[in-house]
Amino acid sequence: MSQITEAIDVVPNPAPPLPGIAREMEIRYYTASQFQLMWWKFKKHRLALIGMSLLAVFVFIALFAEFLSPYGPAVRTPNYLFGGPQVLHFVDAEGKFHLRPFTYALAAAMDPETFLLEVKEDTGEPWPVYFFVKGDPYKMWGLIESDIHLFGVEEGHLHLLGTDQLGRDILSRLFHATRTSLTIGVVGLVISFFLGLIIGGISGFFGGGIDDAIQRFIEFIRSIPTLPLWMALAAALPKEWSPQRVYFTITILLGLLGWTHLARRVRGKLLSLREEDFVVAARIAGSSDARIISRHLLPSFLSYIIVDLSISFPYMILAETSLSFIGLGLRAPVISWGTLLQDAQNIQAIALYPWLFTPVAFVIISVMAFSFVGDGMRDAADPYSR
Amino acid sequence: MAKYLLQRLIIMIVMLAALSVIVFVTIELPPGDYADRRALDLRSQGVLVTEKDLVAMRHQFGLDRPWYQRYVKWITDIIFHGNFGISFGYHRPVADLLAERVGLTVLLAIATIIFTYGLAIPIGIYSAIRQYSLGDYAATIVGYFGMATPSFMLALILLYFSVMVFNNSVGGLFSSQYAEAPWSWAKFVDLLRHLWVPALVLGLAGTAFEIRTMRATMLDEKNKLYVTAARAKGLPEWKLLLKYPVRVALNPIASTIGWELTAIIAGAPLVSFVLALPDTGPLFLRSLLDQDIYLSGAILLMYSTLTILGTFLSDVLLALLDPRIRYGERI
Repeated sequence: MSQITEAIDVVPNPAPPLPGIAREMEIRYYTASQFQLMWWKFKKHRLALIGMSLLAVFVFIALFAEFLSPYGPAVRTPNYLFGGPQVLHFVDAEGKFHLRPFTYALAAAMDPETFLLEVKEDTGEPWPVYFFVKGDPYKMWGLIESDIHLFGVEEGHLHLLGTDQLGRDILSRLFHATRTSLTIGVVGLVISFFLGLIIGGISGFFGGGIDDAIQRFIEFIRSIPTLPLWMALAAALPKEWSPQRVYFTITILLGLLGWTHLARRVRGKLLSLREEDFVVAARIAGSSDARIISRHLLPSFLSYIIVDLSISFPYMILAETSLSFIGLGLRAPVISWGTLLQDAQNIQAIALYPWLFTPVAFVIISVMAFSFVGDGMRDAADPYSR
Repeated sequence: MAKYLLQRLIIMIVMLAALSVIVFVTIELPPGDYADRRALDLRSQGVLVTEKDLVAMRHQFGLDRPWYQRYVKWITDIIFHGNFGISFGYHRPVADLLAERVGLTVLLAIATIIFTYGLAIPIGIYSAIRQYSLGDYAATIVGYFGMATPSFMLALILLYFSVMVFNNSVGGLFSSQYAEAPWSWAKFVDLLRHLWVPALVLGLAGTAFEIRTMRATMLDEKNKLYVTAARAKGLPEWKLLLKYPVRVALNPIASTIGWELTAIIAGAPLVSFVLALPDTGPLFLRSLLDQDIYLSGAILLMYSTLTILGTFLSDVLLALLDPRIRYGERI
């Protein structure tokens, strides 16, 4: 009891009959739904909240990639190949402050001593940055046609994260890649969700010989070094397949990757719940197996499943990134974090064009955000944790 | 104990057999067969290959037989003759290619395991007895980062810093003067000097995980009554820690060696590729990209065998550590 009241930070304990607002809080606590309780507990986990807001940003980027990115993902700036990140200025060469940020025109010149190409800012020619500028036309979600971008320049070019070897804007490509990588993760997750639910459900609900067989099978799968096997399978995809078909197949492959953990969890929960009174009561009342599973068993361990899903999401993203990184996963023109990182494979690229490296930050931040959220949800879903 | 070991051994053999079937399937998946490849090879050398030759070749190699017969031939060749087939890309027997590089992969895996546990156990113990100290927090933060960063990206980041800050690449396993030299003590020392980088990269995620496990179990154990009793009897603190709670806390750690090894083997090809190590990793990726199926199949089989062997060893280790398992109790 003392723990419970502490958890909502309001009710002093032991307490005389409570007047007013505190009493109301206590009533709210006892009448709250399971998810409400979890949310209250989740809110106290600061890292998880940070992770959650980061994820919200990622989802926002994925949803509105076309609008947020200043250029189309395949649009080239031919005179700015392998261009470094441009810096936003507020103060010009004379030391005057401008509210509207601007960037300078860039001029490349050969250094007469080292013969290296050096890029210098031409402080005489500022390129002001505007919000809601007209730029490359796009069709958002394949539906809404527009050419308005959140920010951009009207003259010159603006590449905040630099450009790649073809002069394409890395920031814009990164935004589009976020969409691909996140959707792949989500679809893969849905597939492994159903696989885990069905296989784990069968294993736990029927028990006996079926259960034994499935458990041995899961143990077997977990002892395979999955990534090399998946690499081998991905390599076996015919070379002449279209990028879209490869994309689709890779997603399914990733879905086949993550279900074992979930299946185990579902089975364990089912085995312990199966003997509970309410299940026995439902069976005596003549409910069918399907009804018992969907109406009585599933709701009581749904929260655990959600937690497990959020924990296995990073593995999907990482698997996609690793596969694409070595050229076995997605292929151009599909843009994902992994395909972007292909450009940063070798030492020369890293040394000469370090901005090609920025997708790594996106991957690490998203994976960490997911781990934080997963941790927070695990604590929140556990009724015995404080 | 003997019964337990025998049982584990049988499971291991069954798993190996099942795995070999899976590997065989991945070999068979790409369109075209060995005869097609061979014909392509011969044609590129200017030899005329007719449809009739192809049929004859298929018969000669036994490719016209059903898949299970081919599987039996493939696996018996491997087991009894050490014959893994011929690599298309290198025009050499796969077994020779493997023999050159397997040693380094195994060495890398072992080094990583030693690194992982050598760091995780002391740090875990320290984190638990000095809970909420600066060192404990540092270990937690490094742990989060380590678990979030896939090993190949960690390798990239290390490369990045080694190039940008130290102006020197951390890639490779040998200094240039030893790369082609025959094995000697000096070369071995040189190898060890390079080996810690890939071992660190591969082991960080596992180390982070094991530190957390070790810390959690130690926290559970260190306040139990038997520890208090031992302390009351006047045992020196370090001896007491090592003799009682640490021994209990080692169990969950030992039981995950198999998984650790699986994870290490799974991450190794990419890390070797990024760091340009002369082991099987780059060979594996190359063979996959070229659909050099006998080579990639052999390496995949080797990786799987390594992990299953590792799982077996960790089972044995666990039995040695935990009498309940030794005497066949279920826990």
